Amino acid sequence: MNPIAHSPHAHAPISIGKVMGTVLLALVPATLFGFWLYGWPAVNLWAVSLIAAIVGEAFVLRLQSRAVKPALMDGSGILTAWLLALSLPPYAPWWIAVLGSLFAVVIGKQIFGGLGQNVFNPAMAARVMLLISFPLEMTTWVAPMQAPGLLDSLRITFMSQPIDGMASASLLGHVKTEFTRGIGLDQALIGHYVPMDMLWGSRVGSMGETTAVLLLLGGLFLIAKRIFTWHAPVAMLIGVAVPALVFNMIDGNHYAGPMVHLLSGGLMLAAFFIVTDPVTSPNTAPGQFIFGLGCGLLTWIIRTWGGYPEGVAFAVLLMNAATPIIDQYVKPRIYGRDRKGAALPANKG
Amino acid sequence: MKLFDLRGGVHPEGKKDLSAECPIRSVPLPKTLYIPLQQHIGAPAAPVVQVGDHVLKGQLIAHAQGAVSAPVHAPTSGVISALGDHAAPHPSGLPVPTFTLGSDGLDEWIALKDEDDPFALSPEDIAARVAAAGIVGLGGATFPSALKLNVSRGARTLIMNGGECEPYLTCDDRIMRERAVQIVEGIRLIAYAVGAQEVLVGIEDNKPAAIAAMQAAARGSAVKIVAMPSMYPMGSEKQIVQVLTGKEIPAGGRPADIGVLVHNVATAWAVQQAIRFGRPLISRIVTLSGGALKTPCNVEALIGTPVEELIAVAGGYAQPAARMVLGGPMMGQQFSNTNVPVVKGTSGVLALTASEIGQAEPSPCIRCSTCVRACPVGLLPLEMAAHIRASDLTGAVDLGLKDCIACGSCSYVCPAHIPLVHFFNYAKGDLAAQERAKLKQEATKKLAEARTERIARIERERTEAMAKRKAMREAKERAAKEAAAKAEAV
Repeated sequence: MNPIAHSPHAHAPISIGKVMGTVLLALVPATLFGFWLYGWPAVNLWAVSLIAAIVGEAFVLRLQSRAVKPALMDGSGILTAWLLALSLPPYAPWWIAVLGSLFAVVIGKQIFGGLGQNVFNPAMAARVMLLISFPLEMTTWVAPMQAPGLLDSLRITFMSQPIDGMASASLLGHVKTEFTRGIGLDQALIGHYVPMDMLWGSRVGSMGETTAVLLLLGGLFLIAKRIFTWHAPVAMLIGVAVPALVFNMIDGNHYAGPMVHLLSGGLMLAAFFIVTDPVTSPNTAPGQFIFGLGCGLLTWIIRTWGGYPEGVAFAVLLMNAATPIIDQYVKPRIYGRDRKGAALPANKG
Repeated sequence: MKLFDLRGGVHPEGKKDLSAECPIRSVPLPKTLYIPLQQHIGAPAAPVVQVGDHVLKGQLIAHAQGAVSAPVHAPTSGVISALGDHAAPHPSGLPVPTFTLGSDGLDEWIALKDEDDPFALSPEDIAARVAAAGIVGLGGATFPSALKLNVSRGARTLIMNGGECEPYLTCDDRIMRERAVQIVEGIRLIAYAVGAQEVLVGIEDNKPAAIAAMQAAARGSAVKIVAMPSMYPMGSEKQIVQVLTGKEIPAGGRPADIGVLVHNVATAWAVQQAIRFGRPLISRIVTLSGGALKTPCNVEALIGTPVEELIAVAGGYAQPAARMVLGGPMMGQQFSNTNVPVVKGTSGVLALTASEIGQAEPSPCIRCSTCVRACPVGLLPLEMAAHIRASDLTGAVDLGLKDCIACGSCSYVCPAHIPLVHFFNYAKGDLAAQERAKLKQEATKKLAEARTERIARIERERTEAMAKRKAMREAKERAAKEAAAKAEAV
């Protein structure tokens, strides 16, 4: 005899594995584009990230005497490592990927108690850790379409072969450097900011962050699939674009315009794949909007006045910390009650 | 007509086509019927016939007792062979006091009196006859209907619930298609009994045939048929009131608080039968469905018919059922003993396969907040469950546990397959137990205090009496001494 089960006796055909799988699917176009743009070193880095996350997570689960298979099969560790890989410089050495992945799944997630328990987005926590600890490796960019051979690519990834003549600067980094030399935007952007290239992604940057169009398509696909709603992504883009627009109108030579901000750095990836992480974001639609807006605003502030050229990861971590407070204050109104929770008055009319 | 927006809700697969096109079938007269004394919310009915008595169809066999209760009538003619315990149509299957009625095969009615002009009756009279007929809400809540008529007198709006938003169930769909004229008369009687100025019949737009039949029957009357979007839980009382009137029932209140009365369409049919023909509620339409049944259909079953006889009418099992459910899949209850009877609240009997249920092992909550979006009440199911898991019932109540309508939308959509409603009902049960324990404790304390006081009083009285006696004795002795002294002196 079956044990007595509680209603409902029907369930939507959905599971955590399916949710994660759909998100991974949405990342595939941007990832393949990144592979094409940066060649074999990017593939190596991506593979190393995933393998490190899987092995590391399995080991930690073993240490906790927890079932390894169901926790690995939910796909969350793979998604974390995948997102981290997309945010790394494509020619970064293998140990950057290994350290980052291990930090993400072990410190970022499992230490807190596993899936659903972590306070900070694991991929962003790992990215910040790497950026602070290994600033050189994390800011060594290359121009796209270098197409090193397979053997060269293995040397680049696994033997940290110096990449003479390949190094380049990302737009945000370049602008920041130029400012320190007293050069304004009118000069700094020349040759570095080509809107059409920025849009489809042929620019200097992380492996999977450059293609705004494909990331946008992936995000729209997930919204259509109802994996998440539009609130957090749109709010994050607004949070960056509005102050950028206002300050650009005040002083166009000092503050970059909204399109420069929207199409550079890790903004598009973060807007659709990071701030939509359910675990570390608020659980109501208005809360998610506030959260996204905060992420966008902080990103713009850090980019504009902070010490680092890119602020997405820091902004996300700061807003992750604010999530419990947002959830405390932003709650849906309950049926039959007013906003404060008191019962609505009777009205027989 | 303008409809109002609802919050949340889900769209489970309807599965109504399994049984919707099959006209209501009759069930062969069962040899033995099991009629529980309690088939409604409130106090159980009290028996008025004895074991061995011969009863006629429609004869009163147990009368209502207490303010909230409903009488029970014999569903067919025959001999009461026992009054004892029989398995309840409930997940526990525990025995409850039940009449066993051996049918004599004649199905002979008691003398009934037709009412030619029911609208000549007074509203109070209609309510009294509804009460005497043992009519309860047939949508599943089984609240005594006459009580609702009495407390809602003067309600502005009467809402008739033809939503039937539960998947699989088509009993209301069928009764509206086949008995629309009687239902509309029943609706007009209810509206007359409470003096409603506006009568709205809400039917989900996935039942076009029922809408057409009801519109045809309602033509020329004040009864307005409204097609509502198909969404679960559209047929929940709070939700249907909101979608049709834009008003919300205040928390902890009743529809009457905002001048609304809600009844189920099948209840209207029962009311019409009771007022027009004097027939008490002794049968109902039951949907037999689910992937494990050979020929899903709707039947009109006598109250007390064992469920297994209905399954035989549906052609038996096509494959072993993974789970048997009474009611719909979203809020119905699992049962295991197919010898349990059909009762007034049995809207459906489902034999479901494992793939229809789609249940999987729970995994960790990823806070995806799909449940928050699905909740029609505006609760945070994931937060409530987290508090309950940590035994923080107060925290769960603060988040609105008592406003939960247990519709199951959150559990249905949860990608982690967390049994959220199970958490909430567990917590509600625990809270009720705590409140009962608190009441008991207070009663005990009161008794103990009374006892202490009584003992103290007795003690006090005894001391007083002793002191009195002592004083009297001393007075006597003194008097004697004085007398003796006097005598000596003399």
